[in-house]
Amino acid sequence: MSALASLPTRRDEAWRYADLGALEGVWPDIAGQREEIVVADGENAARQLILEAGDPNVAVKTYAVRVAKDARFALHCLAIDADYGRISVEVELAEGAHFELGGAILGGGEQTLEIVTNVQHVAPGGTSNQVVRSVLAGKATGSFLGKIGVARGAQQTDANQSVKAMLLDRTATANAKPELEIFADDVKCAHGATVGELDRGALFYMASRGIPPKQAKQLMLRAFIADAFVSVADDAAREELENKALIALERLS
Amino acid sequence: MLKIENLHAEVGGAEILKGLSLEIGAGEIHAVMGPNGAGKSTLAYVLGGRDGYEVTQGSATYRAKDLLSIDPHERAAAGLFLGFQYPVEIPGVSNIQFLRAAVNAQRIARGDDELSAGDFLKLAREQAAALKMDAEMLKRAVNVGFSGGEKKRNEMVQMGIIDPTLAILDETDSGLDIDALRTVGEGVNTIMRKPDKGVLLITHYQRLLETVEPDYVHVLADGRIVKTGGPELAVTLEEEGYEAIAEAA
Repeated sequence: MSALASLPTRRDEAWRYADLGALEGVWPDIAGQREEIVVADGENAARQLILEAGDPNVAVKTYAVRVAKDARFALHCLAIDADYGRISVEVELAEGAHFELGGAILGGGEQTLEIVTNVQHVAPGGTSNQVVRSVLAGKATGSFLGKIGVARGAQQTDANQSVKAMLLDRTATANAKPELEIFADDVKCAHGATVGELDRGALFYMASRGIPPKQAKQLMLRAFIADAFVSVADDAAREELENKALIALERLS
Repeated sequence: MLKIENLHAEVGGAEILKGLSLEIGAGEIHAVMGPNGAGKSTLAYVLGGRDGYEVTQGSATYRAKDLLSIDPHERAAAGLFLGFQYPVEIPGVSNIQFLRAAVNAQRIARGDDELSAGDFLKLAREQAAALKMDAEMLKRAVNVGFSGGEKKRNEMVQMGIIDPTLAILDETDSGLDIDALRTVGEGVNTIMRKPDKGVLLITHYQRLLETVEPDYVHVLADGRIVKTGGPELAVTLEEEGYEAIAEAA
């Protein structure tokens, strides 16, 4: 896929929830910025990304990843600091290759944050697992657009998506858009998406034990997003992601 | 220590408590019995401060403090413990994490130092052992995948760890087998049968009262206490049913 020359519009599926106004200010500079990653046969590669915006407060990060035979690529990312933030990943999985995504979108105010993935299983036996957790407050919008393609002949593909969003205010918006395109007949593709609110019963239960409301929320939100980072192999990296996430959660609740 | 006067409360616009009065002194265990829909759980939730349970009239004073004017977590810090009929599951938050947060939040609110991780763990293990709960369950997410009996036992372990002054136990005995019932009953005695503590035990059945002998038994019907007596009243209720007693009153 080549970088778009002109500003995307709402008609572009992959940009339908984007903050196009914010994008205008940085276009086309960011359009060409893609990080290409090739993971060679049998290799193991991992990236962690904490999306940071400058001035203007817009951040778009795009990865194009080729994972070769029996190789493995893991991306763990946090979309927190940007008026408009977008993490986009295109992955091509060769035979027996694996892609792991763990992402958290934590936004408030008028933020628009999104994670967009396009995972192409082009050969047999590839696996992918994507876990995204969003916590949204105020008038924030958090979106996950996850496309999975299974090519003809990519049998025994096993692809998973788990997407959960928690709305702290009724004014916040969560979008979850799984998209499956399957041309093989012996594959497993599972996706689940939920949007919910904090369990009031649990909050009262915690209060009845003496835990103040803010702390109770923090405990629950922390547990909620933990799923996104359990698969980080490096302890220090996981800790950094979790600490940044905690700070963001504190700001939101 | 707890004085409830002419308490009226609504849930979703319907009046459930209709002028309930009750007084619990230090060192006393009171049982409240009554038919389904009498307002027993509403009483527990109103005292605990749950959203949606609106007090329209009357008062509840706990150790000279207006209980109804403070938030649920402040009530807990003041020494009130609410045992749930249906303990809530909290996925992803371990029992240990939850209880340590609770104990330390209460200590901070009272101006005490926080318990260290080591001291807390020791306390939690002691209480789990006293209530015959496998210490491994302390590591599991709060009530997630616990059986009905395990949840109730976990409530008692929590009560032991928190060590409240006043416990309001809402049908802590329902869903328990005979052995678990005895363990829970003995737990209530060990933790709460003390001169400076009080218990409000809400129950349907007389069975728990064989282990936890109440000083007073109240019959709650249609949002009011209609009869008060000693432990023998529970036996009469078991024999004659609520209806006869409520009608005679």
